[in-house]
Amino acid sequence: MKRGLDFEATPGFVEPAVRAEFPGLRLLWLTVAVNLGTRSPALERRLDAHADRYRGAGVVAMRTLPIPHAYRAFFRHVGLDPDVTRIPTEQAAVERLLQGAFASRDALRDALLLGLLETGVPVWALDGDRVAPGGLGIRMTAEAEALASGGALPAGRLVVADAAHIHAPLFGEVAAAHRPGPRTRRVALFAVGVDGVPSIHLEEALWVCVEALGPG
Amino acid sequence: MELQELDIVAEPVLVEDPELAARRSLRAQIARLEGQLAEALVTSFAQSIEGLEPTSCAPRAHARMLDLGELECVRDELAERVHASRARIAEAAEAQAASRIRLEQMRLEPGRHRFTRVSCRELGERGCGVWEVRPRLGLIGMLMGWWQLKLSSGCPLARGRELRSRPP
Repeated sequence: MKRGLDFEATPGFVEPAVRAEFPGLRLLWLTVAVNLGTRSPALERRLDAHADRYRGAGVVAMRTLPIPHAYRAFFRHVGLDPDVTRIPTEQAAVERLLQGAFASRDALRDALLLGLLETGVPVWALDGDRVAPGGLGIRMTAEAEALASGGALPAGRLVVADAAHIHAPLFGEVAAAHRPGPRTRRVALFAVGVDGVPSIHLEEALWVCVEALGPG
Repeated sequence: MELQELDIVAEPVLVEDPELAARRSLRAQIARLEGQLAEALVTSFAQSIEGLEPTSCAPRAHARMLDLGELECVRDELAERVHASRARIAEAAEAQAASRIRLEQMRLEPGRHRFTRVSCRELGERGCGVWEVRPRLGLIGMLMGWWQLKLSSGCPLARGRELRSRPP
């Protein structure tokens, strides 16, 4: 995928046993050079414009839309209750209703939020230097494995990992040690798609994030 | 007529693991039920029906592969919730229909429904207005039998007078 901006997204691996169960599950990722020290007023304005479009009734009806529905159904398939562990779009919408706005935090988190709001597809970021050469993918944990930050994970959990580390539980928080920090110059962005989410939405979500982060 | 010999190579038949097929079928059912539950919630919201808010006490967890039994549990729980939601919506719809009929009767014959009240909420409408049969011109109307149906303007304050006057 190349669209003006100089980046190309790579499909991540999916463990065959996981793929057999969830044929629509996929991960797309890329690395991009960034300068995280700067906050963009333009990005804040875009978030404000999105915030103006959210109403309570729309948030309630959100779950009937195709992409949120696909993520909600997938959450149930993998043992998550979407009314407890909300899907990312609903989580963002609920926070917007509670706070009255999409609070701008830093350039990276604003860009990830923008990607989510514009496409409905969640995007996560890792410190680019922490990703092993084989790239990212989705697999199940084996016995006695742990997150990169040290948190133990029982066997059979779905995680985002590379050849060396488990970076995050699937749809969970990225391990603290692998999150981008102020000195990060290269981030790895990844989006996770499920059955019912068109691939173009994943590409679009990554593209929106890269475009929002601007030239590194 | 010339006959030709064709080489027909039989395609290998792939037999899917029956348990995998069962899990796939359960996932399809779960996705369908999730959609139905979402529609029920939206319907209840649109008709101001209370008591259908998602109330789950399941703990937060990590994504994992569910086995057949666990998928069946998820499916059964969702099916129960969809059934309960639809029953609640039907019950509320019946009550709202009865309220609308009562309101119509109040409109047609106000004198036979003196001081009867029907709130907008009972009609499935938003707002806190109340339809009430009241005497025209107060006491004079009561004595003369002049009755009319009036709609109160609802709460003047978003939170009501009581909450506002309550000390912090």
